[in-house]
Amino acid sequence: MTLTTKLMTATAIIAATSVSAEDLEVMHWWTSGGEAAAVGELAKAFDATGNTWVDAAIAGGDAARAVMVSRLTGGDPMGAFQFNHGRQAEELIEAGLLRDITDIAEAEGWKDIVNPPSLLESCTVDGRIYCAPVNIHSWQWLWLSHKAYEDAGLDVPTNWDEFVASSASLNAAGKLPLALGQQGWQQRGMFNVLFAALVPNDVFLAVYDEKDADVAAGADVSRVFAAAADARDMAVKSTVQNWNDATNLVITGQAGGQIMGDWAQGEFAVAGQVAGTDYSCLPGLGVTEVLSTGGDAFYFPVMKDDTKTAAQSELAALMLRPATQVSFNLAKGSLPVRGDIDMSTANDCMQKGLGLLANGAILPDTAQLVTPDTAEQISTLFIEFFADTSITVEDAQAQFVKIIATAE
Amino acid sequence: MASTRPNQLFRNKSAKIAAIPMIVTALFVFVGGTIWTVVYSFTKSGLLPRLKWVGLDQYERLWATRKWLVSIENLAIYGLCMLVLVFVIGFILAALIDQKIRFEDTIRTVILYPYALSFVVTGLVWQWILNPDFGVQNVVRGWGWESFTFDPLYNADIAIYGVLIAGLWQGSGLVMVLMLAGLRGIDQDVWKASRVDGIPAWKAYIFIIIPMMRPVFVTTLVIVVTGIVKIYDLIVAQTGGGPGIATEVPAKYVYDMMFQANNLGQGFAASTMMLVTVALIVIPWAILEFGGSKRHD
Repeated sequence: MTLTTKLMTATAIIAATSVSAEDLEVMHWWTSGGEAAAVGELAKAFDATGNTWVDAAIAGGDAARAVMVSRLTGGDPMGAFQFNHGRQAEELIEAGLLRDITDIAEAEGWKDIVNPPSLLESCTVDGRIYCAPVNIHSWQWLWLSHKAYEDAGLDVPTNWDEFVASSASLNAAGKLPLALGQQGWQQRGMFNVLFAALVPNDVFLAVYDEKDADVAAGADVSRVFAAAADARDMAVKSTVQNWNDATNLVITGQAGGQIMGDWAQGEFAVAGQVAGTDYSCLPGLGVTEVLSTGGDAFYFPVMKDDTKTAAQSELAALMLRPATQVSFNLAKGSLPVRGDIDMSTANDCMQKGLGLLANGAILPDTAQLVTPDTAEQISTLFIEFFADTSITVEDAQAQFVKIIATAE
Repeated sequence: MASTRPNQLFRNKSAKIAAIPMIVTALFVFVGGTIWTVVYSFTKSGLLPRLKWVGLDQYERLWATRKWLVSIENLAIYGLCMLVLVFVIGFILAALIDQKIRFEDTIRTVILYPYALSFVVTGLVWQWILNPDFGVQNVVRGWGWESFTFDPLYNADIAIYGVLIAGLWQGSGLVMVLMLAGLRGIDQDVWKASRVDGIPAWKAYIFIIIPMMRPVFVTTLVIVVTGIVKIYDLIVAQTGGGPGIATEVPAKYVYDMMFQANNLGQGFAASTMMLVTVALIVIPWAILEFGGSKRHD
């Protein structure tokens, strides 16, 4: 048998296995209305290939991640699973539990289509690609209620400083200036947004990427902490817990604004609100128009069964196809990972985001820069900071410097 | 002597065979797991356990972390108050019920019922009762006392006592039942004798009955203390560790570190410290309690 015939047989076997129908268990934590609809789009596209998407949704990212990791380390891998790409998966890759999908990425030409390229870089370890990015979520949005400002007789602010200046009048009108859910990730997220928006990008990167403690102790970062203290004063009467409860305060005009990621848009849409007339969105808080490009990605565990592996390959390739990207992202309210598709049906705020993306006004997401350990430490710091007004800006910054100094 | 030893080993053969699974479980799961945890607490394990030695780094970081120190302080406050109050309340309830009152069964059931609820339900119930907008404060203000303030869960200085109230409500019933069983085990002749001698009831309880109930007290103590050390679900359900970090406890720190921060090493170090604390209390007590037991045989 010559090499050519050998290769041909091999190709034939692969082709034969790839058409056979296979059940693939896919694990994720998308359980809210819009999220479930988005998952449905993926499942529909996958089922159309003749395979079957077996949905395994677990409510709550923390719970889901714990289950995923124990399934993987316990030797009972699922077909595919959602994970925030970034540094969470590093150790699973090191332990050889996740499948190298570089061949699929090359066959599909991901390197050329994924925009921004940093998304694919976060999936890459030692030159090999381990995950399929499916969307971009950005945190840097200030959502403002037009109703709240009308009731208070004010113009809707166009940037963070105007927003802070309006807080006294909002208070006087019986409105909560800033809605903030009392959960660590929201408080940490808001701080990171202030950080990205209020200081130059190189300062942000020096602290989060290079972990430069001197920069973290500097005057630029002091400005961020001062803004966080403003935010603390503005949100002092905010007692809600969940982010969507906080968003609801903005929707109903009880609160002036909220700093939250682009997923908040789904809530405004469900409430039938129109961007520009009922609410405003300010990317980068209207100060530095910049978006971080975090998002979701799917990883594929190493599986013994060849037919399952073939089904994984099909799913991975499918996730970045233009049709899937459009239907999935429109349902989820997130931005697509490729810049070459038609998103003209997206609303005003999404268009702003697409514009920034096209201009390259982007920062890596903090999840791509710091370990979950460091993120947890920063969360704890801000849980304390926002709950206890006696913690001064200087104390908080000193603690932050300590965390950055020991971060990896 | 030499010939009697095998007999000793094979005496009660069936009982010993029956105990083997438990012995194996204890050795491999508890002892093995404990050793494994302690060993890995000296490593830099992240999401997965890895043997990358870092010496005492994890412990240094642990004791420099405010959240851990607050956790320890909270456990000490909660533990001490819980221990004292649950015994006092439980014993007084038991002594009252022991007065041959009417509807004893009903009252006993009502008081024991909270124990049948999980900590999660207990936590949620008391979260609502202590919520100033819906709970006690609102009700009392509704009666006309407008300035009444009772919102322990929203005041970082006293939030842990809000948790303590829920813990007492849940745990007192069990202590009462155990104490009642102990009181019922006291021979009626003892009471008659003390009455003949003209000893007041409270003195009889403190100087005669309670010393006689020593085994019951020891059992109850073990149950209550283990419940205190592993407290986790009550906190998660009732306060989530808040406001701020005012009601954090060591077990929650361990969980947060292992499953949210993906830092197993730090979580192991914290759980090892919990083990050391328990061992420091239990070992001297066990030696005192069981060390001399051979004499009675």
